[in-house]
Amino acid sequence: MAPLTTHHHDGTAEEQDPAAEPAGTPVGRRVVLGVVGLGVVGVVVGKRVQSWVSNVLTPIQAADPTGLTQLVPAAGGFRIYTVTDSLPSQNAATYRLAVTGLVDRPLSLSLADLQAMPATSLVKDFQCVTGWRVPAVHWTGVLLAQVLDRAGVRPGAAALRFWSFDGAYTESLTLEQARRPDVLVAYDMLGAPVTRAHGGPVRLYVSPMYGYKSAKWLAGIEVTAKVEPGYWENEGYDVDAWIGKSNGRSDPAV
Amino acid sequence: MAVATRRSDPQGSEPTLVRFDRGERVLHWVNATLFAVMLGTALCLYVPALSAQVGRREVVKTIHVYTGLALPFPLLLTALAPRWGRAFRSDARRLNRWSGDDRQWLRSFGRDPGVRLGKFNPGQKLNASFTLGAIVVMIGTGFMMRWPQRWPLAWRTGATFVHDWIFLALVVTITGHIMLATRDRDALGSMVSGRISRRWARFHAPRWLEREEHTKG
Repeated sequence: MAPLTTHHHDGTAEEQDPAAEPAGTPVGRRVVLGVVGLGVVGVVVGKRVQSWVSNVLTPIQAADPTGLTQLVPAAGGFRIYTVTDSLPSQNAATYRLAVTGLVDRPLSLSLADLQAMPATSLVKDFQCVTGWRVPAVHWTGVLLAQVLDRAGVRPGAAALRFWSFDGAYTESLTLEQARRPDVLVAYDMLGAPVTRAHGGPVRLYVSPMYGYKSAKWLAGIEVTAKVEPGYWENEGYDVDAWIGKSNGRSDPAV
Repeated sequence: MAVATRRSDPQGSEPTLVRFDRGERVLHWVNATLFAVMLGTALCLYVPALSAQVGRREVVKTIHVYTGLALPFPLLLTALAPRWGRAFRSDARRLNRWSGDDRQWLRSFGRDPGVRLGKFNPGQKLNASFTLGAIVVMIGTGFMMRWPQRWPLAWRTGATFVHDWIFLALVVTITGHIMLATRDRDALGSMVSGRISRRWARFHAPRWLEREEHTKG
């Protein structure tokens, strides 16, 4: 404080200031208000502008090997979310999917076991609850219903609990939801084996629900008597995550 | 030009000026730290490759959100502090007010030799005003993104859109700010020590120097 008190930046300077050097037009205030005003306008019309930007950029992005267009806001494309320190990894050759709980035959399926089962392909959007959507993603895998049939679900079972080999993520579905024809244990995505970032070698794809239901790095399925809320559901997200009818959102169905 | 002669300044004993007092310097570096945390966590949330490397999304998100909510407090506390905020308040007034010279400086891209500026040049004024507006918008849209239940869906998408683009604009302006600061060591040094040479002021802020010498009497 010492240099201050000995210097001129004291009371007298302050009293003179408004009339002295800072005279002139208050452009600064106008810029501040202008930026705030633009922000408000952007919030109101941003959705329309965003879909326009997205339409323009999606074809460019598809042909962009650098991935730089991914950094443009609203350019579309996947955002990679993980809940643990880093991307978990498992070798496709040694990978096993456990099916346990209220089943007649607990299973430990290799990737080859899954690929030997009847394959189902879907071309459907991936809709995240935070708002982004990737159109027309190509998915291939085994219907979850067929995996359940192979294990034999016992009477008294009503739900499934899924866990990831990241050691933290869990998810849930009712048996009725799990048996839908658009719910896959997926091993191909975007026309190639599911990558590590996207949850490979095997992940869930629950087409009619928000992305957090589509657990990545799927390690096991436990058949349970009742629904046990998963990772994000314990953080307040809806357990029944129907796209457009949950989490206070109204996105069009996939 | 000033740069070339500065180091062999024969009048090195000329008393220096206080450019930023302690309150302003503390505020600047607190803000810089908060911005760095915001930017680091933002990149981890936003750039797919980084998200994949860092993970722990909810921890990163929590740090980002609460650092953002903390952002206005150093500014407000400094603005309201009677003695501590005095120099900040008069500099805020200087940043707000534009003179004819400021306009001419901007029109000539800083090349008109007849222009005589005050303590801050119009680039600094624009940067300060934009950043203040951006802070307001980022906190508002960030709030809508973090606590989305009460807003219509279209606005929530709009808030994300605005938050993303202002983020990019801030990356540009902050990068520019840092680059210009590292190119003018005297100016950068004055944000550490508070003091600046009269030679610098004569070249960059002649009207300010005039006033300072006049006030000092």
